[in-house]
Amino acid sequence: MPVIEISQSIDARGLSCPLPIVKTAQAMKTLRSGATVELIATDHGSIKDVAAWCRATGNILLEQTSDGAVYRFLIRRT
Amino acid sequence: MITESPTRLDPLADAIAAVEGWPEAEDAPLDAMPAEGEAKTRDLLIIDYSGDLEKVWATMILASTSGAMGVKTRVFVTFWGLQVFVKDSKRVTGENWMQRMLSVMQRPGISHRKLSKMNFLGMGPWMMGRLARQYGVASPKELLEAAQALGVEFIPCQMTMDLFGLKPEDMIEGMGEPAGAATVIGMMTGDSVPLFI
Repeated sequence: MPVIEISQSIDARGLSCPLPIVKTAQAMKTLRSGATVELIATDHGSIKDVAAWCRATGNILLEQTSDGAVYRFLIRRT
Repeated sequence: MITESPTRLDPLADAIAAVEGWPEAEDAPLDAMPAEGEAKTRDLLIIDYSGDLEKVWATMILASTSGAMGVKTRVFVTFWGLQVFVKDSKRVTGENWMQRMLSVMQRPGISHRKLSKMNFLGMGPWMMGRLARQYGVASPKELLEAAQALGVEFIPCQMTMDLFGLKPEDMIEGMGEPAGAATVIGMMTGDSVPLFI
C-alpha cells in the first residue's frame, strides 16, 4: 500500500460537534485538490458526521481507524 | 495541469509542493459538486428570530455546519435575533428613550445572551458556558466567527433595525445588506430550505 502524504493534521481531540467538521472544512479551504488531511477526534458523533460531510462535499474518506475512543480519519480533497 | 490557487495559505502544503510539485488533480471548489445522478444540494435559510442563548446556540451550530458542508447558507436575523448581532461592546443602543430603555433591559451582543428557562439572574448561562468549555463545545461567538469564515451570510431585517433604532455601525463586522420579508419569502419559495429558530 502506498504511503499517503498528509498535508495537514487537525487535532480535534476533546472538541465536540460541530468543531471537528468545521475545522476540517476550514483546513480544506486552504489546501489544493488532491491534498490529504488527517483528522483526529474524540467526538463519537464524528464517525457518522465525517462520512456525511464527505458525501455532501464530494471529498474522499480514504481511511478511518480508531484507537479506543480516539478516531482518525484521512480525507482527500477533491 | 498546475494552477495557482489564491486561497493557498498552508506553509506545510507549500513545503511539500516545493519538493514534490502540486498534485495534478483539477482544482474543484469545496462548495460543491453533486455526484452524478444526485440532485443538486439546496440552499439553507435560517430565520434567527430568537435572542435566547439556547436557540442562538442551535442557530450557530447549524449555520457553521451547513457552511462547512458547502451548502450556500443564509441567516436572516430579525426581532430578538437582531440583538445578537450588535457588537458585544455596545451597552446602550437606540435613538430615543424607549429604544434605549429596551437595550438597557436586555443587553445586546452574542456574549450576553440569557437562557429562556433556568436563567437565574445569569447563573444559568454562566454554568452553561463552564460546562461547554469543559466538554469542548464551542461558544456561540466562536461558531459565529467560524460560520462567517466559511461564507455564511447574515442578513439583518431592516424593519427591526428601524424599530430598535439600530445603525449599521452598531452591528458586528461582516453583516450582509439589510433586507425584508419579501427577500425571505422569495428564498423560502425558491431554492432554500427554510428553518425558523
